[in-house]
Amino acid sequence: MRYVEEFRDPKAAKSVLAAIAQVADEIGATRDKPVHIMEICGGHTHAIFRYGLDKLVHDGIEFIHGPGCPVCVLPRSRVDECIELAELPEVIFTTFGDAMRVPGTKKSLMQAKADGADIRMVYSPLDALELARRNPDREVVFFGLGFETTTPSTAFSIQQAAREGLTNFSVFCNHITVPPPIKALLDDPHMVLDGFVGPGHVSMVIGVHPYDFIAQDYGKPLVVSGFEPLDLLQSVLMVLEQIRDGRAEIENQYARVVPEHGNPASLAAISEVYEPRPTFEWRGLGEIDESGLRIRDAYAAFDAEAKFGIGYGAAKGRAVVEEPEGAACGLVMTGRCKPTDCPKFGTGCTPEMPLGALMVSSEGACAAYYQYGGARATEAAE
Amino acid sequence: MCLGIPGQIIEITDTDRYMGLADVSGVRREVSLLPVTEGPLDDMVGKWVLIHVGFAMAVIDEDEAQKTLEALRGLGEAQETLEQMAEGDKALEEVR
Amino acid sequence: MNMTTPVSRLRETRVTLAHGGGGKAMRDLIEDVFTAVFQPPGMEDQARLMSAALQEPGARLAFTTDSFVVTPLEFPGGDIGKIAVCGTVNDLAVGGAKPLWLAASFIIEEGMEIATLRRIVASMAREADAAGVRIVTGDTKVVGRGSADGVFVTTSGIGVIPPDRDLKAEAIRPGDVAIVNGVLGDHGAAILAARGDLALSTDIESDCQSLSELMEAALAAAPGLRAARDATRGGLASALNEMAEAAGVTIEIDEDQLPLRAEVMGMCEILGLDPLYLANEGTLVLFVPEDQAEAAIDAMRNTGAGRDTVAIGHAVSREATPVVMKTRFGGSRIVDMLVGEQLPRIC
Repeated sequence: MRYVEEFRDPKAAKSVLAAIAQVADEIGATRDKPVHIMEICGGHTHAIFRYGLDKLVHDGIEFIHGPGCPVCVLPRSRVDECIELAELPEVIFTTFGDAMRVPGTKKSLMQAKADGADIRMVYSPLDALELARRNPDREVVFFGLGFETTTPSTAFSIQQAAREGLTNFSVFCNHITVPPPIKALLDDPHMVLDGFVGPGHVSMVIGVHPYDFIAQDYGKPLVVSGFEPLDLLQSVLMVLEQIRDGRAEIENQYARVVPEHGNPASLAAISEVYEPRPTFEWRGLGEIDESGLRIRDAYAAFDAEAKFGIGYGAAKGRAVVEEPEGAACGLVMTGRCKPTDCPKFGTGCTPEMPLGALMVSSEGACAAYYQYGGARATEAAE
Repeated sequence: MCLGIPGQIIEITDTDRYMGLADVSGVRREVSLLPVTEGPLDDMVGKWVLIHVGFAMAVIDEDEAQKTLEALRGLGEAQETLEQMAEGDKALEEVR
Repeated sequence: MNMTTPVSRLRETRVTLAHGGGGKAMRDLIEDVFTAVFQPPGMEDQARLMSAALQEPGARLAFTTDSFVVTPLEFPGGDIGKIAVCGTVNDLAVGGAKPLWLAASFIIEEGMEIATLRRIVASMAREADAAGVRIVTGDTKVVGRGSADGVFVTTSGIGVIPPDRDLKAEAIRPGDVAIVNGVLGDHGAAILAARGDLALSTDIESDCQSLSELMEAALAAAPGLRAARDATRGGLASALNEMAEAAGVTIEIDEDQLPLRAEVMGMCEILGLDPLYLANEGTLVLFVPEDQAEAAIDAMRNTGAGRDTVAIGHAVSREATPVVMKTRFGGSRIVDMLVGEQLPRIC
């Protein structure tokens, strides 16, 4: 597969790993005094475990798994609202497969489907649009989930629905943005991070400059990275080199896909259709200012919140729900404790019976630890 | 977050809606070309794009891909040189 | 088996509840669509069977059953009828039995097209012929629209295990070599594409095929063959986990050796799936002692179902986890059982 195989070449990986080890030694990183690098994106977390990179890199590098997994940071109350929408008799509720198993306070979308709700998994919001065209007597609601990478797809779909005059298509908007939670993490006095590997597909849309504050205001390096193993290793090396050289810059390892200023058409669609919410709740992180998006009034006809009166903008106010009892989702999410430090890990909370979303999504740190058996998970078990 | 995969646009399927057929290792799917179309739509045929949830989100820059690979190859060569030097040192030690 | 089509007595184009009512309509459906093609021995409510193989001292009877539901009913590389025959034949074959007879039961949804049903039945007859088994008895029921999805098929199979043959996962020992007979995930990928709701098109065909000839070839070349499993639902990962648990060993597989088709990989990349968990309908994994591995592989490659046979790893003494995969990077990862169903993802 072009642009994929070349970046999975084991031979090249060996030399990057050797270079990483060399720089790690130069800056004196050891197992007891490691360099903490946060990979913000769940896709990176997944790749690290899929290829076993955590076990291959120098001992002195510790990956902290960031909040970049949209279903992992989705509050349970939002899942409840999805189910409330899905259970309306006129609604066909469409969603990416990722959200199906995320537990709400009472059940997941998967269980709601078994209970009779008409819930369909789709690959693209375009497929939800097609369902709306084919089912004019039903209301098709699409669960708009994800960061800046995914946001343009629902914005374009809403614009397309408007052009076609579709009246039975709406989006339940839960889109969120990456920079605000990173700022929140950096403002946390408990946080010990030495650098970041940035989500390449988010920057494909927004470019590299929204991260400038990380280098300028917080003095931390960030390297925007691709998703193949060599991309990740090279990015780790670039972060380490910045640390060694005492630099804090925003660098772009993924230039084949990420333009410096992002994708203009996507940015235009986002700002035409969406506006920031004053605040949005993140599971494990709490309320973060201007970290979520809502559909602008001009497109209210395609806003499931406005159409059905369910959700953040609803008149009945916000449901605030406690996190699962005894679980440390929030601490894990912020990198303050490892999945294996959570009292529920592997006992009260497993992929079969997840308490928190981190155990549900295959990019959730807990599920990744559990299923791929990260090196540190094995150590903890010993 | 955000699974994306390279694919090649093989034909334009719907001019009004900016749709084209993308090929990913022999698997084909209609994708929206709205985010990446700047000039005439037909110019997209043959291009490699990064696909996410049915949208072509970026045209892949071949030059940049080569640069990244060259940097990686450079590391490999540097490593080989280091290893050779290490072996040379060892040989010298043995001579002594 | 005689495959000529008899003069049709059925006038309807679709199955109605009358076809399940026990009267003349039902008899017409059974005789026209089923028995005319399967030609069971005798028309009693039971099949009466003889086999010399069973009379050999030490021979054992193998008996298995499986139900088949699949959407769509027909897909590239097969249909529900072909799977229903292959699935049960393979359940017998991987246990070391020579499959002999099948029973087939059909739960048919009102409104099912009779032409489709005929194609499915013809496909079963063809596959049974190819696998050397006979469909000797069966049953049909018709349920109301919405109570089934076209047709559900249950096949039960009887085979004979020759004396001194005792395949079981418990027999796997450290050092044994794991061998698969072909590429992984074709069936799962073909079905995902054929369902159409993901709007993906490919040339991938289901690997649906009978494995009895392949098993006999492997057993002849490698008499020490320990055990085999059909890597159906849950894919290779689930089959390996079950075997490792039963044997109390750890199975180490090598990512570099896994036979994967580019199209299947493409589908997995797009949908965020893992080919190790995709279903197969004609792919097995078996374990042989190391000194017989080469002979087994050569023999398997000489059969139609085994052209792509390859060793993928081996058993070692039990470690912390049942199945481990060495990644191409020299790293390793746990290959766990699948939790529920593998869902397409975007993240």
